[in-house]
Amino acid sequence: MSILAVENLAISFGGLVAVDGVTFAVEHSEIFAVIGPNGAGKTTLFNMMSGLYTPQRGRILLAGEDVTNTPPHELARRGLSRTFQNLQVFFRMTAIENVMVGRHLHEKRNVLTHLFTLPSVHRQNANTRARAAELLALVGLAEAAEKPAGSLPYGALRRLEIARALATEPKVLLLDEPAAGCNPVETEEIDAVIKSIAAQGVAVILVEHDMRLVMRISSRIHVLDRGRTLAEGRAHDVRSNPAVIAAYLGGAGAQEAARAVD
Amino acid sequence: MTRLLKNPLLLVIGLALVVALLPLLLPSTFYVRVVALVFINALAVLGLNLLMGFAGQVSLGHAGFFGIGAYAVAVGPTHLGMPTWLSLICGTVLAALVAFVVGRPILKLRGYYLAVATLGMGMLIAMVVSNEAQITGGPNGMPVPRLVLFGWRTAGPLIWYWISGVTLVIGVWIAINLIESPTGRAFRAIHDSETAARVLGVDVARYKLIAFVLSAAYAAIAGSYFVLFDGFVTPETASFLRSIEFVVMAVLGGLGSIFGSIVGATILVLLPQFLTVFHDYEHIVLGTIIILFLIFLPAGIVPTASSFFKRRSA
Amino acid sequence: MGLAEFLQFAFSGLTVGAIYALVALGFTLIFNSSEVVNFAQGEFVMLGGMVTVFIAAAGVPLPLAAPLAIAVAVAVGLLLHRLAIEPARGATPVTLIIITIGASILIRGFAAVFFDKNYHSLPPFISGEPVIVGGAALLPQSIVVLTGVAFTVILLWAFLTRTITGKAMLATAANRLAARLVGINTSAVVGLSFMISAAIGAFGGIIAAPITLTNYDIGSMLALKAFAAAMLGGMGNPVGAVAGGLLLGLLEAFAAGYISSQYKDAVAFLVILLVLFSMPQGLFGSSKVERV
Repeated sequence: MSILAVENLAISFGGLVAVDGVTFAVEHSEIFAVIGPNGAGKTTLFNMMSGLYTPQRGRILLAGEDVTNTPPHELARRGLSRTFQNLQVFFRMTAIENVMVGRHLHEKRNVLTHLFTLPSVHRQNANTRARAAELLALVGLAEAAEKPAGSLPYGALRRLEIARALATEPKVLLLDEPAAGCNPVETEEIDAVIKSIAAQGVAVILVEHDMRLVMRISSRIHVLDRGRTLAEGRAHDVRSNPAVIAAYLGGAGAQEAARAVD
Repeated sequence: MTRLLKNPLLLVIGLALVVALLPLLLPSTFYVRVVALVFINALAVLGLNLLMGFAGQVSLGHAGFFGIGAYAVAVGPTHLGMPTWLSLICGTVLAALVAFVVGRPILKLRGYYLAVATLGMGMLIAMVVSNEAQITGGPNGMPVPRLVLFGWRTAGPLIWYWISGVTLVIGVWIAINLIESPTGRAFRAIHDSETAARVLGVDVARYKLIAFVLSAAYAAIAGSYFVLFDGFVTPETASFLRSIEFVVMAVLGGLGSIFGSIVGATILVLLPQFLTVFHDYEHIVLGTIIILFLIFLPAGIVPTASSFFKRRSA
Repeated sequence: MGLAEFLQFAFSGLTVGAIYALVALGFTLIFNSSEVVNFAQGEFVMLGGMVTVFIAAAGVPLPLAAPLAIAVAVAVGLLLHRLAIEPARGATPVTLIIITIGASILIRGFAAVFFDKNYHSLPPFISGEPVIVGGAALLPQSIVVLTGVAFTVILLWAFLTRTITGKAMLATAANRLAARLVGINTSAVVGLSFMISAAIGAFGGIIAAPITLTNYDIGSMLALKAFAAAMLGGMGNPVGAVAGGLLLGLLEAFAAGYISSQYKDAVAFLVILLVLFSMPQGLFGSSKVERV
């Protein structure tokens, strides 16, 4: 049974059909990339999968259970986490505090105990902080722990979001353009992080424009164009698929690319 | 200075010391009275700050809860024959309940919609206490029987100085504990990005409500103290102007700064005392302060000062 | 009894509602051009009435005092924009609301000092006996109010749609950045919207004073009711503001007459809460889709 499956998902905004009947399934430890030209509906798809939009048609199944109308915080509880294309970092908190928020579901949340300095709360805070520090080290941000997130550079913030999303101990991780704005060195680091996450059993679903990253690490690739599935398969198959090339490059460019690939 | 602000526990101890030693320095009971008023206002503002500064919501009707606490300790003993201490607890519980019931729908709103909805809530409470003259004494208010502690009738500034001072220290301690806890982190996360908080598992609606209810409780206790101290309650305790004053104290001192709540309360309580000659100009002064501070120092005094000192020492 | 009473409430409701409509219209004008929720809106109405009363008391004939009062309100509106709103550009919406609240407190403070705290009236523009319609009495001044408001609304509509300046205001309201890109001085447009709002608010204050009396303190309640009316009609929709104002006035009058006159003012707040929870886009607004 796939850890995450979407069946025939569709949503429109006003008259614009953003996603039109998309279906796929992702397994444990898999790195599944969703690619497509701008406006293909990738982020909209993510927003539906993470509970921020309600699909108008179709279903989302997490570990076999229908979670189509489940709110985001409940999805998190069930093991789904994500990062954001437009950086939803807690800018006024420090880097480590950002990741500590990610531990929220694994903390005891009885508000009454939080009002008084009980030793159990102290211990929990220390544990949370330690775990957050580990995750920061994993993404290479150990020295930035006490810095306000607002002072960190763009590439660091992308990695911070990944660490924060990992803190929830997800079974499925949605990464929305994790390498956007990163230089090649940073991209390689993120590459390694993503691989290690998947190696631990997490299903990683990736929206990305950096084709080299996608081709390097993805097990399977799903191509979207104008809200519809164009192709799905292993990297090599997708790369030489003429329909995919045409969608990205347009008709004339497709002819050129076809000549180049052969 | 910045180290004091950085370590929260030092703040509690420092405050406790100030509360303990200040009466020795104050020249007359007039000053003791003023400081007691500062403590009472600071308590209300502290609660409001938890809601506005930490959880990032807005309430322009907080005097409504202040008023509920105030009228509880008037109506309870007078009409229901309840002892004052019980009326105080009931007033706080009632305010928390109102916050719970009103909060659930209202906190779904954002920005100026939330602001005006809370304003409306505050006004409705003020209208009720002004109109139900048989219970509340109407627009002219009613007397408040003094608190009797262990057979001792509490009147006079000094006893209220101690009561409000100790309560403030406890209130600050609780607030600090809260901020350094998962709940506090949830508040701050909601403030910075509700969307991200949600996908990390934070039940945003629940935490907004907790912040609202908690801040209502702080305000109600402060309201009860205020009128027990004064011996009289009027609908003015729940008025729009008072709600604005609380917001201004919170913003002035610095939203998101506990020390700032105390600073803000101090300034706005002391100002009219030392401008008694300008009493008629009170509104002009208040209005000008609001405009100037929100344009030029929107972060508030304490955060601006602390980043100034940080830059100096860097 | 039934019809006469109903009409009586309707007449007084429409009269007061017309004033709410003017204030809500001014409020909407400012909101549309700058996204500012102007809490000081009610103070313009107060200034219209109070300044007229006091200038007239100083010996100036009424036909001169009234325009002077409007001029004072316009000046205050301009100062409000230049000194309090412009410098705070970029502040959060809530901060801006609090600034306008501060401004309203400031203006009220000046009124309390320069005028007094008493209620004042103005002589009706048309004196004479009330007109009996369907058993209910309609004051001549009410007719003045209703026609005055209708005239103002039409004039404003003509200005916005027929003049270049008016169209610049509409453009700024539709898309501020685009307006600037085509060379419209959006700051001046916002300032103008403040001045116009002040003028129509003050005008409303003057024509209403003979019926509703005026006082230094009427501003904040009026501002809240204007907000309720604007919300009811659909935030940002001028037609909605006028309709919302009239409707609010009617609802208040009926509530006061048939339910309880003590809680008349509560109607506006209940309206706000009702609209926010059941139809946030108001009567004439369109529901917006929020993109993440």
